[in-house]
Amino acid sequence: MIAGKELQGVIVATILLLIAGALPYYGSDYLLSLGITIAMFTVLATSWALFSGPTHYISLATAAFFGLGTYTAGLGIETLPFWVLIGLAGVLGAGLAALVGLATLRLSGVYFVIFTLGLAELVRQVITWGQNMTGQKGLYVLTDFTEANLYQMLVALGAAVFLVGWLINRSRLGFALRIIGDDETVAAHSGINTALAKVLLFMVSGAVAAMTGAILAPRYVYIEPALAFTPLLSFQVVIMALLGGVHRLWGPIVGVIPFTIILETISANFPNQVTLFIGIVFLVIVYFIPRGFAGLIEQMRDWSRSREGLT
Amino acid sequence: MDIVIIGLLLGGTYALIAMGLNLQYGVARIMNLANGEMLVAGGFTAFWFYTAGNISPLLTIFIVAPVAFAANWLIYRIMLEPLVRRAKSRGQLEVDSILATFGMSFIAVGLMLAFFGGDYFNYSFLAVPVTIMGDTYAQNRVVAFLAAVVICAILYAWITYSRTGLSLRAIAVSPESARLAGINVRQRAAIAFALGGAITAVGGALISSFLTLDASAGVAFTLKALIIVIMGGVGDVRGTIIAALLLGVVETLVASLIDPGLTLAAAYTLFILVLLFRPQGLFGRKPT
Amino acid sequence: MSEAVLSLRGVTKRFGGLIAVNTIDFQVRPGQVVGLIGPNGSGKSTTLNLISGALPLTEGEIHLRGSTISGLRADKIARRGISRTFQLVRLLPSMTVEQNIIAGAVFGHRRRWGAEARQEAARLVERVGLVGKGNMAVGQLTYIDTKRVELARALASDPTVLLLDEWLAGLNPTELQVGIDLIHSLRDEGRTIVLVEHVMDAIRSLCDYCVVMSSGAKIAEGTPSQVLSDPEVIRAYLGDDDA
Repeated sequence: MIAGKELQGVIVATILLLIAGALPYYGSDYLLSLGITIAMFTVLATSWALFSGPTHYISLATAAFFGLGTYTAGLGIETLPFWVLIGLAGVLGAGLAALVGLATLRLSGVYFVIFTLGLAELVRQVITWGQNMTGQKGLYVLTDFTEANLYQMLVALGAAVFLVGWLINRSRLGFALRIIGDDETVAAHSGINTALAKVLLFMVSGAVAAMTGAILAPRYVYIEPALAFTPLLSFQVVIMALLGGVHRLWGPIVGVIPFTIILETISANFPNQVTLFIGIVFLVIVYFIPRGFAGLIEQMRDWSRSREGLT
Repeated sequence: MDIVIIGLLLGGTYALIAMGLNLQYGVARIMNLANGEMLVAGGFTAFWFYTAGNISPLLTIFIVAPVAFAANWLIYRIMLEPLVRRAKSRGQLEVDSILATFGMSFIAVGLMLAFFGGDYFNYSFLAVPVTIMGDTYAQNRVVAFLAAVVICAILYAWITYSRTGLSLRAIAVSPESARLAGINVRQRAAIAFALGGAITAVGGALISSFLTLDASAGVAFTLKALIIVIMGGVGDVRGTIIAALLLGVVETLVASLIDPGLTLAAAYTLFILVLLFRPQGLFGRKPT
Repeated sequence: MSEAVLSLRGVTKRFGGLIAVNTIDFQVRPGQVVGLIGPNGSGKSTTLNLISGALPLTEGEIHLRGSTISGLRADKIARRGISRTFQLVRLLPSMTVEQNIIAGAVFGHRRRWGAEARQEAARLVERVGLVGKGNMAVGQLTYIDTKRVELARALASDPTVLLLDEWLAGLNPTELQVGIDLIHSLRDEGRTIVLVEHVMDAIRSLCDYCVVMSSGAKIAEGTPSQVLSDPEVIRAYLGDDDA
């Protein structure tokens, strides 16, 4: 059953999605390239928030999943069709997430952060070492896909993420995660298998990040560990999601768009100041907008409503 | 055998850094993810004094320590105390402090890049061999190790026997009870945080005498210090020292027997094993 | 006498060297209200935590309707039919009163979802005396109302055994009478309840049976009037004559 307000939301989302998906037909090359970055971070940040929003676990494993997906595509591109590789990347990402989740999600949040922070670095060092042993350097991913193809794949994946997120929010699993986020002890005593619920959601987020990595592999053409497992990616995802607001499904995208545009501008003009900028945004979020732009928007809406109520 | 000794020498300086982080997390309850940047800053200072004025890092630490203490005290008072005050639960403080210190870490890296550029820096201090038990080692490593041992010993004695040390241990066990016992928890937490930062910076100055650092090297050290603290047990000085020595040895073994590119992977594998089998730390009691 | 619903056999909990609960045995029969009483620090709440699975036990066994529940995780125990309230009220701060109650209805012993869960929550809102407050944020509630929400959440899964950890503590005299009446009405419904309580009036009027603990051990059991006149119980509460 879909209530009127929800139906409105679905229609608006579908229209926006169609407009976004049609970008290659009306946008310039520059716009398309920016669009790919935005679509990529939207997918990553939204799926990140699906897990971290309700549970408050800060995952820095995005780069690990992303790199895993990139390498899956890179290694299999000669033998398997691309869509199979995307699916395979999703399965592997979910598998890695399950392993990480089972090892760490029983423990406190700090352990989880540290674990995920090191994960990308661990995988990167191991792959680099493996390549040194076999004498191989990097991988070529040569396909016929155009930028527009890849962009539309990302938009489709994004649509799937929004749909899954919407379904989860309406499901028992989503409700269970909200309870866990509020009070894990109460959740357990209400009959929720807290570890399973957290691991399941983390698997969703890991699978999506790996699929994103697989889709983008052809864009890099030549992949090597330092490129596929760049730790900065994890931080960018965290910051964009938090900037937008993780308590709403549409929150992260509100953070992704402005952040990506500003970051592109800064890295084009002042490449040395990128880290400084990211650091400042982190502090701004913590000290001034803990609920992100989505929180601000809601606050303003409530405020204007209460003013209307007065007059 | 010589690999084990090199590992222990490295572990000694690791112990110092991890002690700094442990003080900050155990007493001030701040998981400081900008810890590695404090280390690099200490290293930078030592480098600068040595290349500009030919001043030994062993003397520089007497400047680094008070400056880092003051800087960290200010950071705690201005940036972190508001978070402590507004936190409704330990979990919220954890998330806030993780994000805030990540922000500080990025800012610190950004500032160091702006002022010093992205180059690696090293200098040659006491790069002469010494012979211990028939094998030769770089003198700078031995000297840094001895300095770390002396500082650790002083710190351990201070925490164990002094009045302030006792109050810090009391806060580590239970901030609420410590408050009831008349301890000014806020002030002491700031002191612990500042002291932790000072120790880490001193560790950085010592490490810079034998390792090459650059502006973005901090995060690897943060990760190692975190792993040591968790292995050794939060608030456990002896555990920290043993875990640090263990990590130093394992890293050195992996680097010399398999591949130097795998040091962090080795540290991380050790961490996974501890998490899976002894999440309360190597010597910690099972949580009840 | 009917078969026991809940039985504890040799239940022991050690924290390092401290024995918090020492080889406790007792049984709860269907429809019975059993009071777990004793001076502060005697191990009552710990015992309740062992039953609900909040803490693992060191030794002993707990059975619910003949099947072993000791050693299971808290969520499994909740599904088998034990639900509880907490000594310090724990509500879900981001949710409304009704959502808090639904939280108890979805994953526990009896599971409902959607309209069915909402109906049950609405019924319980009325049942515990929160009429008209279903959509309120839990932060706006008075103390006794927060206790009511927690009780309703525990009832929402239709538990076989309900554990109340000092549910009446902290209420003022008027509220206390309201609270006792509410628990009494649950007893009249035929609910099986284990409660940890300090309020003597409540123990006398609510409990069919009492288990008295002191320093982790069971020192007496029987009807409230029996145990409250037992010299050893009096000594445990008041200390020795010469003390």
